[in-house]
Amino acid sequence: MNQGLLLAADSGNVDFFIHKVFSYTIFGQEVWITTSHVCILIVFLILTAFALCANAAMKKASDVPTGFQNVVELIVEMLDNMLKTNMGSHAHQFANYIETVFIFILVSNISGLLGLRPPTADYGVTFPLGVITFVLIFVNKIRYQKVSGFLKGLCDPWPIWAPINVIGDVAVPISLSLRLFANVLSGTVMMALVYGLLKWIAVFWPAVLHVYFDLFSGAIQTYVFCMLTMTYISDAIGEK
Amino acid sequence: MEFNREFILGCSAIGAGLAVIAGIGPGVGQGIAAGHAAAAVGRNPGAKSDVTSTMLLGQAVAETTGLYGLLVAMLLMFVKPLAN
Repeated sequence: MNQGLLLAADSGNVDFFIHKVFSYTIFGQEVWITTSHVCILIVFLILTAFALCANAAMKKASDVPTGFQNVVELIVEMLDNMLKTNMGSHAHQFANYIETVFIFILVSNISGLLGLRPPTADYGVTFPLGVITFVLIFVNKIRYQKVSGFLKGLCDPWPIWAPINVIGDVAVPISLSLRLFANVLSGTVMMALVYGLLKWIAVFWPAVLHVYFDLFSGAIQTYVFCMLTMTYISDAIGEK
Repeated sequence: MEFNREFILGCSAIGAGLAVIAGIGPGVGQGIAAGHAAAAVGRNPGAKSDVTSTMLLGQAVAETTGLYGLLVAMLLMFVKPLAN
């Protein structure tokens, strides 16, 4: 039972756990395919289908946008504006990564509406996202401030503060990923409690809770994750 | 002294209840942030969108400590690290 965070099965009525779909053995190690993998695959398929449609629409794009082209341009312009206001002249370098992550986290968070367990309610999904942010911060600090600037930042007021600065740097990916994970998980748990404990009383009105926990909270957390990533990266780049 | 599993589970449930008291702090903090944001919009209605996005960002960051309490409660209730 102690396999991992919330990877458990003895729950009774309330069910928000990650379940095993099937397991296989590779290199003598038993690996589980869980509901998180299945949900992430569904999100991936939705995004791929959307991307193919968008590609087809932009192939025959016209100057006066109509129909689906409008939607695609609206999304891209909105995300581009968000990046420009936060990162200024460096926006184009990080546009690919941050917009991709934004759309992925957003669709993951609101996939609770489709009856899936949101993939971002699994720490194994959010922690890699935090680690990618950490690597981006580190690489950009080395690239733009050189090693001397990096060491100067490490020993900020005095060299004796270096361990505290290291802890502060390492805490960034952990707090980023835990914030996203815990927010989505709390929404999932609340919905599971409502559906699991109230049973037949829970008809129609939980839609209001879905609007708050899935749509509002999910969108806010997506925005916050991307915003903090951009803030940290432009902080690492240094000059404005 | 040896405790049985039921006793440990009961104490874990009490601990989980104590852990989510951490939610008080972020609640007060978010309320203060929202109040100041409302005052700022009242003084300068033109900056409404900027104030709102800054407020939401700050509130989401302030929420983190409460969520840590929630996580501890979750671990105590469902992963049961002490009872295994």
